[in-house]
Amino acid sequence: MASLTVSDEQVRATPAKVIQPAWVRIMHWINALAMILMILSGWQIYNASPLFGFSFPREYTLGGWLGGGLLWHFAAMWLLMINGLAYLITGFATGRFRKKLLPITASGVLHDVRAALTFKLGHDDLTVYNYVQRLLYAGIIVVGVLIVLSGLAIWKPVQLYYLVMLFGDYPTARYVHFFCMAAICAFLIVHVALALLVPKSLRAMIIGR
Amino acid sequence: MAKRSFLIPGVDKRLLIKDSIKTMPDVTRRRFIAGGASLGALTLLTGCDVVDSSSAEEMLKQVSKFNDAVQAFIFNPDALAPTFPESAITKPFPFNAYYDLDDAPDVDGKDWKLEVRGLVDNTKSWTLDELYKLPQVTQITRHICVEGWSAIGSWTGTPLRDFLKLIGADTRAKYVWFQCADKDGYNSPLDMRSALHPQTQMTFKYANEILPRAYGFPMKIRVPTKLGFKNPKYVVSMEVTNDYKGGYWEDQGYNSFSGS
Repeated sequence: MASLTVSDEQVRATPAKVIQPAWVRIMHWINALAMILMILSGWQIYNASPLFGFSFPREYTLGGWLGGGLLWHFAAMWLLMINGLAYLITGFATGRFRKKLLPITASGVLHDVRAALTFKLGHDDLTVYNYVQRLLYAGIIVVGVLIVLSGLAIWKPVQLYYLVMLFGDYPTARYVHFFCMAAICAFLIVHVALALLVPKSLRAMIIGR
Repeated sequence: MAKRSFLIPGVDKRLLIKDSIKTMPDVTRRRFIAGGASLGALTLLTGCDVVDSSSAEEMLKQVSKFNDAVQAFIFNPDALAPTFPESAITKPFPFNAYYDLDDAPDVDGKDWKLEVRGLVDNTKSWTLDELYKLPQVTQITRHICVEGWSAIGSWTGTPLRDFLKLIGADTRAKYVWFQCADKDGYNSPLDMRSALHPQTQMTFKYANEILPRAYGFPMKIRVPTKLGFKNPKYVVSMEVTNDYKGGYWEDQGYNSFSGS
């Protein structure tokens, strides 16, 4: 019983800190689902007319054929866009982006990359992002905005001609869309691998602390 | 302390993490792919009780219709497709069909007549010579395929809206439905607003030469504000109608509006 009392006191003394507020967690997992649907249906669409000398394996595509892939892509886009927009607005309005992602300095990033490569980069306080995290999380938000804009440009190139112009021309917007996807996939691999290496960060994204 | 009630007492952390890992992309992905797996995602997505793949398809079709409604609401149907200088033309312009060029319709221009049906005052058929006498315009625009590739070409012909006026078409009708000489009977409906778009054209020439067989001799309908499959080639008839009669690709699942 004595040990129980002690642990209760400890809990009271250091109340569990909320690392990820509920809105971040909800939007994170909705985004994860939307991204996967968009990527798998996007691979289906890519395979109809590959930009490079390869196609994505059929088992990793959604929709069965081009027509099905397009239906999935243009359905899941709502989930991605509405959730993404809500995330951006909340992130700016609550000051979370400023507090968590800034500042990003070159020296800070270099220092933390070096620390990470020599396995000296700690994750003792999950509420503070290191410089590598800040750079990647801020970067992936920019990529997310770009992939939506380039996607809109190649979906409605007549109506949204100014968006096409922003990327140069239609084929360029298509390449931008592809490389944003590639960047998101690369991020996803690193992001999932690191979340599994630091399980408490995964827990924080599920239950908040 | 109320906040802590979110943490369920007695829950094994390792089990919790195990469970949470299940929601990670890798496994989710596999779950989507296995069989009717997309349904799992759909259930997650909507909370609906999606029981079979046909209801998943039905839901996707509903979203597609919803997309059409949103586009109709926010976009200007008369927006012009961008035009390009001659130097931008893609050479060679690709031949594209669901068959090889050797199997493309080989229409004899002397025998060919454009049949006109439906809600029009004058249902007389038109010979190629008669059509060639109509005023023609040239436009250089980008052809965008549903597959994603695109190419810039130069098309010359009569604006469809001028022809519809000439034959006394009821432009309050919903569609102009085109039928083609393909042996599988390619056809495609065009909504009236797009048919009346200033750039929608009955095309008789490509790059100032009589339309070659590869590009749809004797007549193609060029709609630069639509995806390529809404630009029928080897056209033999047009019908002005209020009925949605479907189309070759539309029936297989491509969105029928497919406006760009």
